[in-house]
Amino acid sequence: MNKKILSAVVGAAAVAGMGATVASAATLDDVKAKGFVQCGVSTGLAGFSAPNDAGDWSGIDVDLCRGIAAAVFGDAKAVKFSPLSAKERFTALQSGEIDVLSRNTTWTMSRDTQLGLNFAGVNYYDGQGFMVRKSLGVNSALQLSGASVCVQTGTTTELNLTDYFKANGMTYNPVVFEKLEEVNAAYDANRCDVYTTDQSGLYSIRLGLSAPDEHIVLPEVISKEPLGPAVRQGDDQWFSIVKWVHFAMLNAEEMGVTSANADEMLNSTDPNVMRLLGKEGAFGEAIGVSNDWAYQVIKQVGNYGEVFERNVGATTPLAIARGVNALWTKGGLQYAPPLR
Amino acid sequence: MDNNSKSIAYVRTQESPTMAPPVSTGGVVGWLKENLFATPRDTVLTILTFLFLLWIVPPVVDWAFISAVWVGESREDCLAPGTGACWAFVEAKFGQFMYGRYPLEERWRVNLSGLLLIAGLVPIAIPSVPYKRENALYLLVAFPILAFILLTGQLGLEPVETPLWGGLLVTLVVAIVGIVVSFPLGILLALGRRSEMPIVKMFCIIFIEFWRGVPLITVLFMSSVMLPLFLPDGVSFDKLLRALIGVALFSSAYMAEVIRGGLQAIPKGQYEAANAMALTFWQGTRLVIMPQALKLVIPGIVNTFIGLFKDTSLVLIIGLFDLLGIVQQNMTDPNWISPATPATGFVFAAFVFFIFCFSMSRYSAYMERRLDTGHKR
Amino acid sequence: MAHQEGVPAGADDSGRVSLMNDPKARGLVFQALLIIAVIAMVYLGVSNAVANLARAGIASGFGFFSDRAGFDIGQTIIPYTNDSTYLRAFFVGLLNTMVVAVIGIFFATIIGFIVGLARLSKNYLVQKFATVYVETLRNIPLLLQLLFWYKAVLSILPSPREAARETGVEVAFSINNRGLYLPRVIAEDGSSLIFYALAVAIVAWFVIGRWAKKRQIDTGQQFPVFLTGLALVIVLPTLVFFVTGRPLSLEYASLQGFNMVGGWIIQPEFMALLLGLSLYTASFIAEIVRAGILAVSHGQTEAAFALGIRPNLTSRLVIVPQAMRVIIPPLTSQFLNLTKNSSLAVAIGYPDLVSVFGGTVLNQTGQAVEVISITMLVYLALSLMTSAFMNWFNSSVALVER
Repeated sequence: MNKKILSAVVGAAAVAGMGATVASAATLDDVKAKGFVQCGVSTGLAGFSAPNDAGDWSGIDVDLCRGIAAAVFGDAKAVKFSPLSAKERFTALQSGEIDVLSRNTTWTMSRDTQLGLNFAGVNYYDGQGFMVRKSLGVNSALQLSGASVCVQTGTTTELNLTDYFKANGMTYNPVVFEKLEEVNAAYDANRCDVYTTDQSGLYSIRLGLSAPDEHIVLPEVISKEPLGPAVRQGDDQWFSIVKWVHFAMLNAEEMGVTSANADEMLNSTDPNVMRLLGKEGAFGEAIGVSNDWAYQVIKQVGNYGEVFERNVGATTPLAIARGVNALWTKGGLQYAPPLR
Repeated sequence: MDNNSKSIAYVRTQESPTMAPPVSTGGVVGWLKENLFATPRDTVLTILTFLFLLWIVPPVVDWAFISAVWVGESREDCLAPGTGACWAFVEAKFGQFMYGRYPLEERWRVNLSGLLLIAGLVPIAIPSVPYKRENALYLLVAFPILAFILLTGQLGLEPVETPLWGGLLVTLVVAIVGIVVSFPLGILLALGRRSEMPIVKMFCIIFIEFWRGVPLITVLFMSSVMLPLFLPDGVSFDKLLRALIGVALFSSAYMAEVIRGGLQAIPKGQYEAANAMALTFWQGTRLVIMPQALKLVIPGIVNTFIGLFKDTSLVLIIGLFDLLGIVQQNMTDPNWISPATPATGFVFAAFVFFIFCFSMSRYSAYMERRLDTGHKR
Repeated sequence: MAHQEGVPAGADDSGRVSLMNDPKARGLVFQALLIIAVIAMVYLGVSNAVANLARAGIASGFGFFSDRAGFDIGQTIIPYTNDSTYLRAFFVGLLNTMVVAVIGIFFATIIGFIVGLARLSKNYLVQKFATVYVETLRNIPLLLQLLFWYKAVLSILPSPREAARETGVEVAFSINNRGLYLPRVIAEDGSSLIFYALAVAIVAWFVIGRWAKKRQIDTGQQFPVFLTGLALVIVLPTLVFFVTGRPLSLEYASLQGFNMVGGWIIQPEFMALLLGLSLYTASFIAEIVRAGILAVSHGQTEAAFALGIRPNLTSRLVIVPQAMRVIIPPLTSQFLNLTKNSSLAVAIGYPDLVSVFGGTVLNQTGQAVEVISITMLVYLALSLMTSAFMNWFNSSVALVER
């Protein structure tokens, strides 16, 4: 009986086209055939990937996906978003449900090697931090012994937390939830003294608490959390596209090319800019897209600096400083290989 | 008849006028005495219950009506201390609670599907309306196809992605697909479990007992994180579709047991009569057994549907936004977050679920009474 | 499907039925096809999975069970630290599930019986109240109720600092939003004797019960079994406690820094889950109890009264035993439902099997196939065990038919 249903459902769904997709080995061909990039994002983390009431997504991770769409199709809108929980994200990528996972995911060795993923870069250098109520009078994470700590499962956060408390000889009571919304609600209801996750996440979450001003993020950063997009192993072409869309955005910022001046820059005589904007060489063809790919990315989405400022920068409610996410020329860690 | 004149003086000649019943048994006092204070134990119970109600009802009424905020623009309106329910939140988010993020200009399609559903459900629910068979065919075959075309956007309609679906729409889609798929499947499984072919019987028993023995949440986890790995390279399903597969398998096991109950209640003579009429197995099943058995299990099917309808709320754990899921998600909307918002959202969701489930359970009880008339002791 | 076919239209009078129309042959062919289909499907699924896992370079197998878990769990019944293995984490989750299921079944049954009887009460207020209770709770999804209770528990209770006020002061009892704190019994050397005494008392209670029953059958004299038993159970261990020099002591909780430390803690997640599960399941049990009691014919009550048995004894000796036969089978499935529903703990952060193993362990190892299969099989085994036990119990109360 089982078989009948499955085959019937597969057949019916495939015929009707209700979400059942058949992908070929080359992700790029598949993406071109269906006409859009399917991008895995979070279920809602302000500044990284969050939908508004109308269902339009925005955030750093979202803009990377739009950049990929701009590179492939010349149209930043040719992208669809799949909100994924922490648990689902890797299966969704492994099974081909999404083409790229851009969901504030930490690059670790085991994920890179054992889960069949390739991380294509780091679009946000983060680190795990702690948030507490001001009324507790705590100003260092080392004073947190004995506290109840709210944490989301399925993240590297949970393991870092254990390691940090252990290394400092402190104890804690873990309160673990499956979904971000549930962790937020529990912390807001004072179920825990401490909320721990990536620092960028803490700023974002603080906005959603009933009294944001009553909470502070402690200065300690207890881990390295390089967040970046991931693709399936075994498809080097697609891997290159995702990697170089990110690098193109960084290079553009370094060269001062923005979405506003991209058209002017087309007339630039600087060979670096000419290569970037597709005036010289055939870098796009080498990765299977048109030669003006980077121009489209910058024109439609912007360079890395613009994306950062627009989504999490000083003018947004998150107000996160560039810090380690500044370009290497400005003392940060964001460094792109040259485009040549 | 002159006997009367000779009758003994102290024998009454007329009926005495009826006296009013003693105060203690009639009127309000009598009712109170009989229903509330019949024995000392009753008196104690009454007082305890009354005190409990006194403790619980006034604050609830105050919260839900008197101190509630009925109109407002944002959280500011619901922040005042002592505020009750923040109904303005429900008002502002009502569209999302019903349709999720389904595009505004396309919502007529959801409404039309709803109307088509009601058009099929009302006549089939009223026992005296004829054409039950055609009606059932409409609900089980025609309506799903129509609703599928309308909701996903086939045949030239603007396509709407399932991640945009949400709210009551998803709740109803999951529950109805579950029941529509599980119905034929349940019939097959129930027949298989009663089959005399040992292997067929064994498969059906294993299938039914397996799905009945595991929690729905693990089934949903299975369909969301494990199923994709079992599909051929490159084939993938939509998240909603995967949840639907899980729900359909799960509910068909329950449905099979309900239908099997109906089959068992059919006297052996009916099977023998069908055979004696030289009907083949499928003819006999279709023309003699099933019409009787299915009629018997209508209340059971409705009850299964109620269970399924409530269970759809579990899809929020795998990240689909059903009614409860979207209510929960909107509670964290920075624009509306306030101490009163979560409780308001939960109460609203509970109210919607209650309306649906309670009316269905009333209907099921009505059918039970109607079908049961012959068997009263 | 082995029914007798009519004489097929095409059959001649030679008496031989063509193979196509022989029900036995068709049955065999059909079953063979089914086996082939199922095997083919399993093969297809497994080979797909193997190919997918290999292609994606995902680890597989059960080796991860012996790896270090590296995460902490909020409620552990057996000793567990972040240095323990995944296998131990699995058992922690399993035990947490079983604890909440067993205690939940206990409370749900009690509340269910009370509400079920209340629905049959002649007291108007009590009866209506019970009806509203049943109709409301039955018709609202359990998940919603759990979220509600969790929210309610957390918002009603004060924070530990508000509850305790003074740091370091030991309290016997404290309830705050970090949990219910009770004194913990600490066993010292020689305390095992007390538990032996308790066991002896319980055995003695049982033996006295048997003896009293036999004596009542033989002589008609009654013996206060319950009171004697209760006295034994209380007096005997207490006596041993003092004789052995009080080897048990109590540890109290006190506020230290952020939280109460020491004592015996019941987490708010556990409270909310237990509350939600018990109240929800009780509404179903109440209906079963009501139906069971209504199913006992009124003649039985009249017969008992005619024999001069008092109403209370009539309920206990005549009605309830007969009602139990109707009640137990559906009660079993409610117990199973409660066990399965305890998996909703994942939504409110109680570390049960699904949350610890199917959640955290799955996320840390990424081995979805293994973890989810094991989780499902465990629930299946729990279900089968519960129904086996209840079948046994049912057969012991079933009507012995001639």
